[in-house]
Amino acid sequence: MTVRLFVPGDMAAVAVGADDVALALRVAATKAGLAVQIVRNGSRGLFGLEPLVEVQTASGRIGFAGVAATDVPALVAADLFEGSNRHPKCIGDPGDLPFFRRQTRLTFARCGLTDPQSLDDYRAYGGYLGLERALAMTSETLVETVKLSGLRGRGGAGFPTGIKWDTVRLAPAAQKYIVCNADEGDSGTFADRMIMEGDPFVLIEGMTIAAVCVGATLGYVYIRSEYPFAIAAMQRAIQTARAAGLLGTGVAGSSHAFDIQVRVGAGAYVCGEETALLESIEGKRGQVRAKPPLPAHIGLFGQPTVINNVLSLAAIPFILAEGAEAYRDFGVGRSRGTMPIQLAGDLRNGGLFETPFGVTLGALVDDIGGGTASGLPVRAVQVGGPLGAYFPNALFDTPFDYEAFGTRGGLIGHAGVVVFNETVNMAAQARFAMAFCAVESCGKCTPCRIGSTRGVEVIDRIIQGQDRAANLAVLEDLCETMKFGSLCALGGFTPYPVMSALTYFPQDFGAVVPQTETVG
Amino acid sequence: MVQFLAMSLSLKQTGCMGRLDMERHQGDEMTLPVWDNTTAQEIIESLASEPGALLPILHALQERFGWICDDAVPSIAEALNWSRAEVHGVLTFYHDFRRSPPGRHVLKLCQAEACQARGGREVTQRAQQRLGIELGETTADGTVTFDPIYCLGLCASGPAALIDGAPVARLTAEHIERLITKALT
Repeated sequence: MTVRLFVPGDMAAVAVGADDVALALRVAATKAGLAVQIVRNGSRGLFGLEPLVEVQTASGRIGFAGVAATDVPALVAADLFEGSNRHPKCIGDPGDLPFFRRQTRLTFARCGLTDPQSLDDYRAYGGYLGLERALAMTSETLVETVKLSGLRGRGGAGFPTGIKWDTVRLAPAAQKYIVCNADEGDSGTFADRMIMEGDPFVLIEGMTIAAVCVGATLGYVYIRSEYPFAIAAMQRAIQTARAAGLLGTGVAGSSHAFDIQVRVGAGAYVCGEETALLESIEGKRGQVRAKPPLPAHIGLFGQPTVINNVLSLAAIPFILAEGAEAYRDFGVGRSRGTMPIQLAGDLRNGGLFETPFGVTLGALVDDIGGGTASGLPVRAVQVGGPLGAYFPNALFDTPFDYEAFGTRGGLIGHAGVVVFNETVNMAAQARFAMAFCAVESCGKCTPCRIGSTRGVEVIDRIIQGQDRAANLAVLEDLCETMKFGSLCALGGFTPYPVMSALTYFPQDFGAVVPQTETVG
Repeated sequence: MVQFLAMSLSLKQTGCMGRLDMERHQGDEMTLPVWDNTTAQEIIESLASEPGALLPILHALQERFGWICDDAVPSIAEALNWSRAEVHGVLTFYHDFRRSPPGRHVLKLCQAEACQARGGREVTQRAQQRLGIELGETTADGTVTFDPIYCLGLCASGPAALIDGAPVARLTAEHIERLITKALT
């Protein structure tokens, strides 16, 4: 009888020693003369547990949290291979933890549970049912299903996915493309990385359904170079899908031809902007294109192109398999379905939390996130990556949806939530936002290229107390210019973190604030 | 060894001999081949027909040699029928591509917000002190290149870094100092 073990191969698990743990388990099993299968699963997404070793028992899986390679002899002595829960690191079935029980996992249903590279596993958990349904539909019905689901672009812009697809579907062209934006550069986000490493076939299936819908024959996944594990996982899974006839000529026995290539980024944050990404795939500098024309009309190599975020495409198989209503019935207002929210920074329960839209920021930080890991009070929360606003505790009642964050002067972006404790200096964070924009600006438009550098200088003068009132006016004016004069979100949204830091934490910029008026 | 000497001689003539490559071939662990225009040309030609071939070519060259010699620019331009200026423009746009050889070890330390929120600034400071260099520099003896990186997607386990391509997380100032000491000795 082969013992089945799970040791995540996720980059975040390997970064804290999962490879050593897997090796130690294999050595120990060989020594004990036991046959073991060690599945390198994706992470379940509560990173404080990593490396999380799981053992398949007759009554389900049991987990051992925070295992180091040096723990393995003691774990083996406590009958880990026999499925005993005797060792103090045993946490029972990890799926029973409140952090997981409170989630609604539609997109991440398989992540952490299955062998990411096993097509059989993927199918056993409902994989490729969505494509099967899609192939039985007309392209009109298919695109209506996506529209009805209410799915909006998960990269941050929130544009309705179905409308984008329909535009490409109706565009006459001999060659159309599906491009997956996997240039997940926002700090505090890792959902794309997790899904590509932990359930790559869901993305392949989502892209294939998009291709069938719009009549595209070639797809590109543009993955950032900072994600070497995701690159390898996608390449391997694409090969497997090809070998199984799920990519190539006659996808899944149909008359549709579709194949996918992986393209690797080269460290430019701005390539997460869709038109810069297209330029980069074409082999050029990652410079933003002016819109219109939209990529749906003139996209990659001048052809109609669907460009979607990883999470948008990975949501598609569920929508097709379970029906548009099953997805749309989750969420609030115009934000339908679930959002894989990423809890990061100084949080006790940092990780991936997929939930319907509408949960409040306060619940995410204090309740689900468990407060800070350091034990210090929370001072500010940045939502939506380096271009997202800093929120003080006073705004913790903001519900997590596109519109609510917009009306509070912020954005949900790719749904990264980064928590800072009371030691943070918000003037330094505002300065960093401008400095980051200066490093990453593609240089095409003036407000971003020059404004970011001038922004760093002005913030420095404010911090030093030089002509404070005049420099504050300059900073506000500069932010207005960047916001309304930049071609893309990099220059256009950098003012969000800067101005929110200044608005809610003026004392960090040298303002004398009476105690009673202190916000945050 | 004979082959290596021959290669280094020919490279000296083309001006592409990196100071660090000499050391790299003195028998230590991270051995990347010295720049070689013939091999580079083969790599360029093998990929030139791909649509949007330039980034794949630059990645393949850097993967092979650890950096991209300016000698490659005219060869790529010719293979793709682009101008040298266009190729140079792309090569210099992307942070990843190196135009000089890196140190024997490459430490890429995350500088982004989520790592800052978990003590990343202190870890960076300690690394700078221990190495005696700033971000973006290589130690004078060519042992360590110290680069910033903006987000590895390990944001709940930061501060995070890549050391010679391998991810490490939950770093502390003491931890990074130990890792650097190990690399330096």
